[in-house]
Amino acid sequence: MGGVTVTALDAAWADRWLRECARVLAERREELIELDRAIGDGDHGENMDRGFRAVVAKLDEGPSESVAAALKLAAMTLMGKVGGAAGPLYGTAFLRASVAAGDRDKLDGPAVEAVLAAARDGIVARGKAEPGDKTMVDAWSPAVKAAATPADGEAALEAAASAAEAGAQATKPLVARKGRASYLGSRSVGHLDPGAISTAYILRAAVTAAVSEISAGDVE
Amino acid sequence: MSPVGLLIVSHSVRLAEGVVELAEQMAPSVPLVAAGGTDDGGVGTSFEKVMKGIAEADQGAGVVVIADLGSAIMTAESVLEFLDDEQRSRVRLADAAIAEGAVAAAVAAESGAGLDAVVRAAEEAVPGAEPEEAPEVAEPSESAVLTLSNRTGLHARPAAVLAGRLSQLDAEVTINGVDAQSVMALMALGAKKGEQLVVEAWGAEAAKAVRLVREQVERGFGEV
Repeated sequence: MGGVTVTALDAAWADRWLRECARVLAERREELIELDRAIGDGDHGENMDRGFRAVVAKLDEGPSESVAAALKLAAMTLMGKVGGAAGPLYGTAFLRASVAAGDRDKLDGPAVEAVLAAARDGIVARGKAEPGDKTMVDAWSPAVKAAATPADGEAALEAAASAAEAGAQATKPLVARKGRASYLGSRSVGHLDPGAISTAYILRAAVTAAVSEISAGDVE
Repeated sequence: MSPVGLLIVSHSVRLAEGVVELAEQMAPSVPLVAAGGTDDGGVGTSFEKVMKGIAEADQGAGVVVIADLGSAIMTAESVLEFLDDEQRSRVRLADAAIAEGAVAAAVAAESGAGLDAVVRAAEEAVPGAEPEEAPEVAEPSESAVLTLSNRTGLHARPAAVLAGRLSQLDAEVTINGVDAQSVMALMALGAKKGEQLVVEAWGAEAAKAVRLVREQVERGFGEV
């Protein structure tokens, strides 16, 4: 019998999440570069790929002791290695998320919401953007809202990732009001915001890391 | 006490270095540090360069950080979040135009201004802004009409000398109607050799202020 196993959202999950981010962002590097070239400076894909590759290099030194430790490791590394706005924004997000995770061994539904809300609040504080400004806040904000309903952690992550994907797609008709794209004004309309898209990938990676496909042979 | 330091954070290595070059002409004793570009020198900003830059520019009196585009400001803010409370208390992020702000801040720091006054100097140096009208107050308590005699007139260095020294006095001073404690306003006058300067001053040290301007103009700012 094949199936899907949901794993606990513990330190090992957090490490898998970050590695999955690195894998997906490497795969989506060119796509993010193209999106950013349309309305920004074209470096988002490269920066995210470089940043998460550096995170993986740190993880290779040994497994994280807690969810908070993994998130903090990501924060410190992204701040230092990602140029452009994404560095301080994602760095702040992971740092605040790490604080919110606290000393929990694993995250349940309410903890997932708390961690995502802290990340979003950090991004809002750092970038001063509001929903509708055509930024990554347009993915984070619905994600946090969606994570509030489900009871267990994996379902909360799934709801957040889906809401982030919808939020990211909804940036297309918006006029950019923050960041380099805001200099383009109405010419930014019709393009997806690369930061909202990378946010959707990062949150989807959290789900992938929580759900492991196992083959029939592995099941008793 | 060493002067307040300045850290210039730019997306470009060369822009940050150029702003430092410009500012250090007016402020030879101010610790001026450039943090431009990413770790490998590309376009962007570096958390690590900003972190190190703050430590280098802070020689005890604190650091004013001036950054160019939005994400440079975000990087600087992130670094501030990482500093310990003691060090963070000596770092200010100015909301200023990078070139004009850096020059004005450097001059203020050179003249011995404190952290808050250096931030104010940076933030008030707004490119293209109309000089503020002289306040509609009582007749100036002191005034003088002076003629510039030095070859190059009221260019950057003399403007810096005047603004720097006048800002240490307890007086409001205008020259040809603009704030004489603002190096940018004085430079914007573009006063050349042979032109007249109308100096007006209010406040406790008004007489001292006018005397200071008179002395500097009469000795041609040391350039005659």
